[in-house]
Amino acid sequence: MDNVVIEALVRALAVGTPLLLACLGAILNERAGVVNLGVEGLMAVGALAAFAVAAGSPDANLWLAVGAAMLAGAALALLHAVATVTLRANQFVSGLALALIGTGAAGLLGKRFEGLPLFNKVADWTLGSFTISPFTVAALLLAGAMAFWLGATRSGLTLRSVGENPAAADVLGVNVGLTRVLAVLGGGALAGMAGAFLALSYRSSWADNMTAGLGWIAVALVIFVGWRPLRAIAGALFFGFLYYLQFRLQGNSPIPTEVFSAMPFVLVLVVLALAGMRGQAGNAPAALGRAYVRGER
Amino acid sequence: MTHSDLSGSASAAGAPPALRLRGITKRFPGVVANDSVDLTVHAGEVLALLGENGAGKSTLISILYGLYQPDEGAVELDGRAVRIGSPAQALRLGIGLVPQHPLLVSRHSVAENLALGGAGGLFPARRVAGRVRELSARYGLEVDPDSRVADLSPGEKQRVEIVRALLGGARVLILDEPTSVLTPQEADGLFRVMRELKADGRSLIFISHKLDEVLAVADRVTVLRRGKVVGGVPTLGATRESLAELMVGRSVDFTRKRAGGPGAEAGALLSVQDLSAQGSRGLPALRGVSFELRRGEVLGVAGIAGNGQSELVEVLAGLHEATGTVTLDGQPLSGDAAGRFRAGVAHIPEDRIHSGTVPTMTVAENLALRDFGRAPLARGLARDLGATDDRARREVEAYSVATPGIHTPTRLLSGGNIQKLILARELAGQPKLILAVHPTYGLDIGATDQVHRVLLDRTAQGAGVLLVSEDLDELLSLSDRVAVMVGGSLLGPFPADEVTRESLGLLMGGAHPHSLPGAAQGGVVA
Repeated sequence: MDNVVIEALVRALAVGTPLLLACLGAILNERAGVVNLGVEGLMAVGALAAFAVAAGSPDANLWLAVGAAMLAGAALALLHAVATVTLRANQFVSGLALALIGTGAAGLLGKRFEGLPLFNKVADWTLGSFTISPFTVAALLLAGAMAFWLGATRSGLTLRSVGENPAAADVLGVNVGLTRVLAVLGGGALAGMAGAFLALSYRSSWADNMTAGLGWIAVALVIFVGWRPLRAIAGALFFGFLYYLQFRLQGNSPIPTEVFSAMPFVLVLVVLALAGMRGQAGNAPAALGRAYVRGER
Repeated sequence: MTHSDLSGSASAAGAPPALRLRGITKRFPGVVANDSVDLTVHAGEVLALLGENGAGKSTLISILYGLYQPDEGAVELDGRAVRIGSPAQALRLGIGLVPQHPLLVSRHSVAENLALGGAGGLFPARRVAGRVRELSARYGLEVDPDSRVADLSPGEKQRVEIVRALLGGARVLILDEPTSVLTPQEADGLFRVMRELKADGRSLIFISHKLDEVLAVADRVTVLRRGKVVGGVPTLGATRESLAELMVGRSVDFTRKRAGGPGAEAGALLSVQDLSAQGSRGLPALRGVSFELRRGEVLGVAGIAGNGQSELVEVLAGLHEATGTVTLDGQPLSGDAAGRFRAGVAHIPEDRIHSGTVPTMTVAENLALRDFGRAPLARGLARDLGATDDRARREVEAYSVATPGIHTPTRLLSGGNIQKLILARELAGQPKLILAVHPTYGLDIGATDQVHRVLLDRTAQGAGVLLVSEDLDELLSLSDRVAVMVGGSLLGPFPADEVTRESLGLLMGGAHPHSLPGAAQGGVVA
């Protein structure tokens, strides 16, 4: 019995880790008022960059691989930042484009890695029958750090104010555009890190469509957890657990696997429906999704 | 009499004024918004800046607050010329603005709002809270640093803005129409704070349309008309009439506009029984409201924003669900807004720009919004554009709407002209009942006067007016009876000559009607 519980927790934490990292990234840019629907694409390029660096040689530096993933995520997110903050393009359309670019690029450039195993994975830490990835520990610490930073520091307050009422922040000398660009880059880096976890820790070899819809769930998760980093831990665990259940059922049921492949997207709808029932949508930052133009009310 | 004699008690001989504008000129395409404006404020002085809409006050404030750069002229602080590049820089130089509409983050606490844009790293809100309490105590500015801005009244939000300016070290404080959202009691509280700040040696620039307030609180008045300074006088010895004449350029009549409305014998036009409705957040917005409006009567409704006045009007206009019975001329009033308009209900909405008009559509189209689909503006399925334009020209002429043409989008019109356009449209069909919400909010004296005359003319023809306003002077000047809305309940109506600004202010703040002298016998008319 205990083994079942521990296995469920281990698996939920494992699937929950990329969800949590990507969700924290999305919280970062959404609290600054920028929606980024491209998380799936950011994760994909992160995974590819991490794998490319780690697969280079048997003794490749894994820190470097994680750094490359975060840089790749931030670089792709820069496109979104320029489009939506500087050029004031529609955030939703730009985000969708980002998702397509990211997953497409990772699929194309990752062709030569397909089936290739890593010599050198990020090893899990074990404690009896309980195993946990260093990524998971990092994600949990990051959630706590982000909650503290948003709530208790001046830069966190500045970021939140920019997402709530950019005009008020602007009048007080806050650089709204720069704050938003940095938040989008930070969000991209965290999504890239989520991708690095998939490439370096979760999977044993490169496969097409590594992200498998996790990025979309992360986007929905942000709403489900009401834009709060600490609640994101519980949310990510909950959806990690649902994923685990899905894997279990997949093995021993007559339902075709295609139904299970569609699960992430059904989960997105479930997340949003649950969030709607709990009235979470009312917690959205007031200026979310709207470009800031000085002098407009 | 020398200049410094005029400029208040605190100006020491020889000391340069706290703020001096020299020859400020600002041009926009087609207009000179400020034409060589000179203005001085000394330390420890309250200067009132008066002027009609479009006189150039907003432009001047925007220049002082670093939002615009003047084309010509100089700004001097304590005798030194300064360049003000942004609002943040204005605050660093010691110029604070208390805007008409507070610019605050509603979801954040007062302290978080005040900490924004400051220096320091950890726990910025906690650090600022102590200084907020200190300032609150010193100037009588009641502000709780821990409450959420969304829960504050308009007066409290305004105090947060004042505290913000003081925290930034403002020595010149600009107050832009600060009393427009306050009850008379709250306004008195603001004036006490202003006197404290003045005694402390700070300079205040006070902008208001309300001449009584200017006379009560300012030391000196500078009047702008069409971008130019047309006069500067000490308030000592000035009267409401003399200031209004300076401002408008002609004499203005301040006597009660309404004398002897319909007596009790006039039949009931609108009868409202036990009306209840939910607000937008699911809370009750109307709780069993009952009243009657007589033919030819102006019934004023006073109240602080958010006490159910908006919902009452929306329910009557057919825009909001409610329970209870409403009859107009003995017929039950129900159905959607279009049906009610045809039944004789005109609606002059609160948000004239977004509910009253479609800003991107032309003057002619906006005038036709109610009946573009019917004769004479349509023949069969096709609109008659010629008839639409002809009628638009007639209405623009009749209501003297200042517009470049009938095909100009209404977003380019000033607030007063948009309001005239709405009046023209809503009153075209000889309505029986006119629902008017803040009909003159933000309008200058000339436009206000025109709106008032149009409404009173209609009552002479037998229409009833339900007038919702936050301007108690307007209510008392126009209404036959005045009711007060508090927390979704309607108190009164009371005959207008039996209530005062003060008694209405107390009722708006939640006092019991029977505890007020002079109001009790009005009773609650069922």
